[in-house]
Amino acid sequence: MNRARATIISGLVLLLGRGRRGPGRGPQGAARRPQKPGAEIAVLLLLGASALSAVGFVLCYAFANDLPAENQLLGATLGLAFLFLAAALIVVGLELVPSEELVDEYPPLEHPGEQQALVEALEEGGSRFSRLGLFKLGLAGAGGALGLALLAPAVSFGPLFRVGDFLGTPWRRGRRLVDPTGRPYRASEIQPDNFYDAFPEHLSASQKEQMAAPVLLVRLPPGSLRLPPKLRDYPAAGGIVAYSKICTHAGCAIDMYRAPLFQPVEPTPAFVCPCHYSTFDPATGGTVLFGPAGRALPMLPIYVDPQGYLRAKGTFDGPVGPSWWGVRIYRQHAE
Amino acid sequence: MRARRVIGVLLAAGLVAAAPAAAAPTPRGTPRGALARQGYHLFGEYCLGCHGANAAGRANEPPYATGAGPLRNQVQQGGIGPSLHGVGALAADFYLRTGYMPLPQVGLQPRRRQPLLLDERQIRALVAYVASFGGPPIPKPKPWLGSLSQGMQLFAEHCAGCHQIVAQGGYVTGAVPPPLVEHGITATQIAEAVRIGPYVMPKFTPEDLSNRQLDSIIRYVLWAKSPHHPGGWGINFLGPIPEGLVTWFLVLPVLVGCCLVLGRRLRT
Repeated sequence: MNRARATIISGLVLLLGRGRRGPGRGPQGAARRPQKPGAEIAVLLLLGASALSAVGFVLCYAFANDLPAENQLLGATLGLAFLFLAAALIVVGLELVPSEELVDEYPPLEHPGEQQALVEALEEGGSRFSRLGLFKLGLAGAGGALGLALLAPAVSFGPLFRVGDFLGTPWRRGRRLVDPTGRPYRASEIQPDNFYDAFPEHLSASQKEQMAAPVLLVRLPPGSLRLPPKLRDYPAAGGIVAYSKICTHAGCAIDMYRAPLFQPVEPTPAFVCPCHYSTFDPATGGTVLFGPAGRALPMLPIYVDPQGYLRAKGTFDGPVGPSWWGVRIYRQHAE
Repeated sequence: MRARRVIGVLLAAGLVAAAPAAAAPTPRGTPRGALARQGYHLFGEYCLGCHGANAAGRANEPPYATGAGPLRNQVQQGGIGPSLHGVGALAADFYLRTGYMPLPQVGLQPRRRQPLLLDERQIRALVAYVASFGGPPIPKPKPWLGSLSQGMQLFAEHCAGCHQIVAQGGYVTGAVPPPLVEHGITATQIAEAVRIGPYVMPKFTPEDLSNRQLDSIIRYVLWAKSPHHPGGWGINFLGPIPEGLVTWFLVLPVLVGCCLVLGRRLRT
């Protein structure tokens, strides 16, 4: 309520007070002010608190799995770090930076001597900092710790340390495709107009982390497949095709499948990624129909074994997962 | 004793009368049964133009064969309407009770329509007519037998990708998955939609989702009409991005106010 009133008042003042200036003060008015050790200490304390909060964020991020309310803690620590930094800067702005309003008459002063005097007066009225070095150290500490806090999550991003999860593939020739509960898929279970999540059988713990593990299975009318020559023998008998579940744009899990009931008047079958609506055509080798994805969805070659189970023939035809530098050279499948 | 025998005879006669209807549906002309006969005439009135004579469909005709000029989105279409043989009472009941059919224009995504164009008796007649071509009956889901938590799990796995986790609906390229928590959506309609896969929705056969699993899903969807929201202000359960936007709209004025309070002008 109070804040709202202050906001309204300040807004009005801002509008009405346009163009007005405070009472002019001559160069001589800039008298030397007493230093303010209290304010300085407050600033240093606030900067220290900011640095501590940022370090706290890094610790929370590192041990996020063991904390009861990690999201709230992450938010609170990072928020406090910024809040303390802002408070420190406010104190600096209000208490420590000399503020003199000088009215500069137009045309500007012509006498170099007076300009000299003005500069001297400014410099004399200058600094209220007695321990400038310490202050700089505090600022650098807060800034550095905050920077670290912002960079810390990036460590989990890139293929910097664990390249295997990005580049490795658990798919080998003869490996069966299983559903999320580990039950092997029979080809007869794959119904048309539906889609199925599949994983390789007997995943090791390290393979479970690999981005290439999850695939999408659909059955299309065999006559509707228009695959490029390279992918001709990728589908299993009966028009069952398998694609990586990871979108090639930003690495989201594709969980939408367009399955038209009456194809002549409805959109064609397509995988749709929920993040940015990249749309892939399963009938033409996963080519991009729409959206920001830069390359086709990698396709997994599969076959039906004599017992009727689905098995992989090998691994994908291209790199799985989001595109980063160098991956786009594997462009769309050649026509 | 005698009454029982009479009932037995009547039942047997009924079965004999019903058997040919079920085994060899009348493929042409006026169907048997008063209701189905009325449906036959209604079919001619509302459905014939797209679904063709005897509901055989008009799958390979250009859209301008309906008499209307081709619209821009119709140019690439190679058909008008699917055959209704074998879709059964299940599909007819779903499309008519939701108001998806009759469709205002070929090629449009069917949308829920309130109030319905057809009244209760007309719908029952049309359902009986379409059912005379064979196909699954209207399902009878029992959501009270399902498990809410299992329903949420299954919904998250199979439905939430398009329909959003509290069934508020969403977007797919080329179609709009409708919200499932609107007024008038019944357990039967949900069960029918899951088995049909209307428009571009995937189809879930009983092998994919058992009837009991479907009961659980329906129970969850019915629950999602009034989900718990301990935070107090659900903002239609649209998800984190709209919530973040709302937060910013609320916080930004406060931040601007702070800047003004801290600024010099207010104090001079």
